[in-house]
Amino acid sequence: MSAQLRRGIVAGIADGLARIGAHGLFLLQILAALPASLRHYRETVRQIWFTGAMSLVIIMTCGLFVGMVLGLQLYYVLSIFGGTAALGTVVSLSLYRELGPVVTALLFAGRAGTSITAEIGLMRATDQLAAMEMMAVDPIAYVAAPRFLAGIVAMPLLACVFNALGIFGAHLVGVSWLGLDNGTFWSNMTSSVDVWTDVINGVWKSVAFGAVVALIAVFQGYTTAPTSEGVAYATTRTVVFSSIVVLAIDFVMTAFLM
Amino acid sequence: MAQRRSYQIGSGLFILLGFAALAYLATQTTSIANFSQGPSYTLNARFTNVGQLKLRAPVKIAGVRIGSVESIEVDPERLDAKVRLSVDKRYHEIPDDSSAAIFTSGLLGDQYIGIQAGGSPDMFKDGDEFVLTQSSMQLEDLIGKFLVNGAPPAKPADAAKTDGGDTGSEHPAATPKKS
Repeated sequence: MSAQLRRGIVAGIADGLARIGAHGLFLLQILAALPASLRHYRETVRQIWFTGAMSLVIIMTCGLFVGMVLGLQLYYVLSIFGGTAALGTVVSLSLYRELGPVVTALLFAGRAGTSITAEIGLMRATDQLAAMEMMAVDPIAYVAAPRFLAGIVAMPLLACVFNALGIFGAHLVGVSWLGLDNGTFWSNMTSSVDVWTDVINGVWKSVAFGAVVALIAVFQGYTTAPTSEGVAYATTRTVVFSSIVVLAIDFVMTAFLM
Repeated sequence: MAQRRSYQIGSGLFILLGFAALAYLATQTTSIANFSQGPSYTLNARFTNVGQLKLRAPVKIAGVRIGSVESIEVDPERLDAKVRLSVDKRYHEIPDDSSAAIFTSGLLGDQYIGIQAGGSPDMFKDGDEFVLTQSSMQLEDLIGKFLVNGAPPAKPADAAKTDGGDTGSEHPAATPKKS
């Protein structure tokens, strides 16, 4: 029994390593195909429109509500210590450094990652990818790389929009509703938020998250089992894996960028 | 083709919006918003102890920001801290016997440099050095003195020395240095 368990653990570890390795090799394939895919830049533009611009509504709505909730919660906590004047500072720092990139990446995985996986997975299931190969069109350059690039471009922009709306939401709650002083809110924020250590580090984070989410989504679609059940599983795995990896990378990047 | 064009316009709008958000965050909600863009000139000040003073800390006259701390370094010969202040050109009429002191905003807030104007008819020029400076008050030192003495200092002279920051009209008990 215990030998069986041990064999199961070993197989599980090997499985996980193989999965990471397959993602890495797939990333290399995409990078190698980037020059060729830049010739079809229109496809990349279309993907930026689809993954980025079409995600704006959900990103903006969620950013607004996250900012409003942060404003309410932190106002309550800060009022215990008599420090409500720091509301703008705390909201903006937590948004720029942490919540903006992470929540945007999770929403991005749910909104754009799933549709990328489902689209490529159905291309696989209906043999469109094989047809491309038959016509000497590299499906990695024409299908995978544009979506990967679009993820890298779209994520930081979405995270910035999320942050801006979050600040707006916190301002709405803190100043317009709870009656904080407008000047205090902004001046405390501007005096303690730094461009490089706070805003730009958050942008780097979201670039990394965009790459990870797009890579996982494309990979899951590309390697899906060519059945409708396979597409369903692949879509689920996209959300699960990208959420886990985003949060893990977030911890590592925070530890290094602090 | 028309459809592709609409994709491109949509993507362009999205990218513009994203960068506009980034520019807004970077310029309106960070310390860049406090930067005066105008020309500035440099003043130097020496302190025996700068405490928690940081780069880009504000420089204030009468509580109004007129510039920022440009650099803080140790003078290798005199072993004191040499602080370079970048002051907005608009405030070029600062008497050259003014004094610089390091204050704390609030009990636990950030530290800044407050300039108390003197009465000299001559004004500071670019690169001049403050003769009168007062180092930052170290809360630990104050507590230590209080514990050792057992009571607050009785003599008025000592009183002026220990809470120099609050006695606004008097000259702060400084560590005068000739440059």
